[in-house]
Amino acid sequence: MKKMSSCKHATELMSQKQDRELSFKEQTWLITHLSLCANCRRFNKQLDIIGKACEERREELENPETK
Amino acid sequence: MSSPSIAPADFEQRVEQLRPRLISFAQLHLNCTTDADDVVQETLISAWNGLEQFQAKSSLETWIFSILRHKIIDLYRNHSKIQLFEYDENQLPDTAPLFQEDQHWQKEHAPSTWPTPYKELENEHFWHVFDLCVFHLPPQTSQVFSMRELLGFDTKQICQALQISEENCWTILHRARLKLRACLEQNWFIAEENKL
Repeated sequence: MKKMSSCKHATELMSQKQDRELSFKEQTWLITHLSLCANCRRFNKQLDIIGKACEERREELENPETK
Repeated sequence: MSSPSIAPADFEQRVEQLRPRLISFAQLHLNCTTDADDVVQETLISAWNGLEQFQAKSSLETWIFSILRHKIIDLYRNHSKIQLFEYDENQLPDTAPLFQEDQHWQKEHAPSTWPTPYKELENEHFWHVFDLCVFHLPPQTSQVFSMRELLGFDTKQICQALQISEENCWTILHRARLKLRACLEQNWFIAEENKL
């Protein structure tokens, strides 16, 4: 189990949750870390923003003429 | 058939402005510059031949880029002309300086609040800065990130296409996102705030 205060590990999990489903253990670890760390909460929100923006851009590129 | 919504002379001029961005995108994914030039040339011929179908619901640039994107996705699916590499951690961006020894964020690298509302991301300038930040990553990192977020492959497909492990793929994407987030914060979100 990683040290609860590791922001580095938290960023690994936040990145990986964009690519795979996290295990129950990983999810609970991350939720607890986020409840304690404002910097990582911002990071989490920003990765979501970037991910959603990329998804919308992909949709537009899939069907550029049906926008 | 309706008449094309763009005059041939405009088409040529805008294509010439767009060409360098198309070529860098193709070079990121293909194993030699000749193949990259070829696929861009084929893209422009397809665009020219299909110009009557272009109804200007998207920008001409987006439309041409979407044609190139499809061609590159097909090359990955056919395992043809693709840039392969040996996974080497030393070739990835160094993200260690972002964290202190105790693995907390370094004060000067900790994420700040982004002032720009999310809706404002839907503009060409944002994507220009975004692409510059992606190209600023080391080549392999930028290739994998672009496969994931622009071409839309999942990490299983990426590791099959590039013959790297999924763990390596996650490591590359983690480093890419750390760097890209910082680059966007510095060059878009904070820069925007200073403009006000």
